[in-house]
Amino acid sequence: MADPAANGNTDSGGSRIGRVPAGYWLAGAFLLVVPSFASNFVMYQIFGWSFILGMISLSLMFLAGYGGMFSLAQMTVAGLAGYVVAICGTSAITDISQNWPWYINIPAALLIAAIFATIVGWLAVRTEGIYTIMITLAVASAFFYFTRQNYVLFNGFSGFNGIFPPQLFGVDWRNPIAFYYLALFWAVFWYLAVLYVSRSPMGLALQGIRDNPRRMAALGFDVTLHRVAAYTFAAFPAAIGGILLTWQSAQISPGTAGIGPVIDILVIAVIGGLRHPIGPFVGAFVYVILKSFSIDILVALGMAGERFQLLIGLGFLAIVFWSPDGLLGLWAKLRDLNRRDPLIGRLVRRL
Amino acid sequence: MVRRFARAHPWWSIWIAVATLVLLYLIFAIWPPWLIALLGKKKLFLNSLFNGITLGSLYFLIASGFTLIFGLMRNVNLAHGSLYMLGGYIGYLVGDLTGYWLLAFPAAFVAVGLFGILLQYFVFRRMEGEDIRQTLVTLGISIVLADIMLWMFGGDFYNISPPSWLSGPMDTFFVTGVKRSSGELIYLKYPLVRIAILIASIVIGVGMWLALNRTRIGMLIRAGVDDRDILSASGIRIQLVFVAVFAFGAGLAGMAGVVGGTFQSIAPGEDIRFLLASLVVVIVGGMGSIPGAALGAVIIGIAEQFGSVYFPTYAVVVTFLIMVLVLAFRPRGLLGRN
Repeated sequence: MADPAANGNTDSGGSRIGRVPAGYWLAGAFLLVVPSFASNFVMYQIFGWSFILGMISLSLMFLAGYGGMFSLAQMTVAGLAGYVVAICGTSAITDISQNWPWYINIPAALLIAAIFATIVGWLAVRTEGIYTIMITLAVASAFFYFTRQNYVLFNGFSGFNGIFPPQLFGVDWRNPIAFYYLALFWAVFWYLAVLYVSRSPMGLALQGIRDNPRRMAALGFDVTLHRVAAYTFAAFPAAIGGILLTWQSAQISPGTAGIGPVIDILVIAVIGGLRHPIGPFVGAFVYVILKSFSIDILVALGMAGERFQLLIGLGFLAIVFWSPDGLLGLWAKLRDLNRRDPLIGRLVRRL
Repeated sequence: MVRRFARAHPWWSIWIAVATLVLLYLIFAIWPPWLIALLGKKKLFLNSLFNGITLGSLYFLIASGFTLIFGLMRNVNLAHGSLYMLGGYIGYLVGDLTGYWLLAFPAAFVAVGLFGILLQYFVFRRMEGEDIRQTLVTLGISIVLADIMLWMFGGDFYNISPPSWLSGPMDTFFVTGVKRSSGELIYLKYPLVRIAILIASIVIGVGMWLALNRTRIGMLIRAGVDDRDILSASGIRIQLVFVAVFAFGAGLAGMAGVVGGTFQSIAPGEDIRFLLASLVVVIVGGMGSIPGAALGAVIIGIAEQFGSVYFPTYAVVVTFLIMVLVLAFRPRGLLGRN
């Protein structure tokens, strides 16, 4: 069990639970007790937002890391789910919102997001590699401009506000502690789900297709079907993230899924690392910390406070330049540095 | 070539011929009342048609560099919109300082072209053959550039004013209607600067086509688009070709920035807008093809203008629908090679 983060497929016996490395238990325990000492701002804005962005980036990581498909439309899928919740559920825009109960509007949001993602996927998989980035970016921007101009359904520029989570089981889910656990639950759920799917026959076939589509086709796998199915699956973490995002800020507007956020999701996934599902969450945490405290950091460095984009852009460039596997790759490199045998310069595996 | 096309695609040829005839009728005829009732005033129609074509010529200037770089280096340059904006700002500064509008074009071309050489030399050369990584780097560069430009120029709108001999409307020979009182024909007036820019981009387009098809460097570029490994294996210093093409493509984007600044204005956010426009143009026209970029640019330009005149709410959707249709039936674009 030398390297659980980088190659998740090692099978060294023992029960599944026993194979989970200690760091994960520590991180899990820490996340569970965060509400006991953290302030509402930290729980709601820092952690809650990190989990949400992490989930949306996770869907991109699933497509890009396992399928080799860099879809920039994942934020759009999330935004669409948020919009459906606003349109079918309750919001301050009473002319449009249908006031349906949660058990109809949430499934509706998931279903519509999944259908949309499938259509986008079907369009995108007709092309390969870098073409996918172009096409999904075009789809994302079309959605942005469409929601901004359409007043009948999407309420145009101002979008919807006053969207609150349902009062389920007598809990006010907008309460920071409740929302923290809600976001944590779904983040962990989708983290495990993506991990599980990546080791399932479907996920393995997808990785095979990423590495060599022609050979997989020759082996009898339906390449297109697997790719489109990956888009459909990836719609769900994105959609849940989108719904939570809508509830967190109590509003959704075209800017939620604008070009900036769409690119941010890619930046988050790349900064974190595309090799493992934990990457997007690491990236999202770094991004949220930077975004929340960049003013303080920049002012401390003697620069104008509004240069957040510059900071994140330079960080992104540095990561892409020196560590294509993101922070996870950097971490693995550092660890390997310690483990390198000084004489032969080769990696020594600890047993 | 026309005959061969007609023989190979008889139905397409008929459709294209009919569409051309209808278009010619719409442009030159004096509209009967039922047509006006259907489509609105002829002046509106002609104006949006010409605006679409001139907007298309601007799109062509940007997208041709984009498609050339893509075709040769497989590099989706997502910083292309930023190069456009950089050119616009440089053009504005030069035009403002010297007072010569024409000087803004070579200045923007050279400055942005040099910047392109730096990019190619220091960034893209280090990650050759890694398409996705190159694309991600261009994305990072565009984020950084956008913020630096926002820092330096602020959020204001900059408008590059054309010289006096190019401003104002020009009489054209297109009839828009008949005066009811005297029976005189009314002719369309159209901004001179737009016509100048249209002619300039046609000249540039034809020049590019000639350079690509009739010169040695063009031959190298075409060979590189087809198979760059074989080209470099046959002893060509392909890095020089890459640098030249990147500089040229970037310079064109910079020049387009001056055009765009004259047409409309330069402001934060324009980089994304024109990046998207060139993406859509290139997807529709066919990646890596200059005639494809021209065709795509005119289609998208016209669709955008007509969309914003006849169904303002859904103008973007029209553009997008065109892209989806093209992708669904010709995934490599209208003139892209399969």
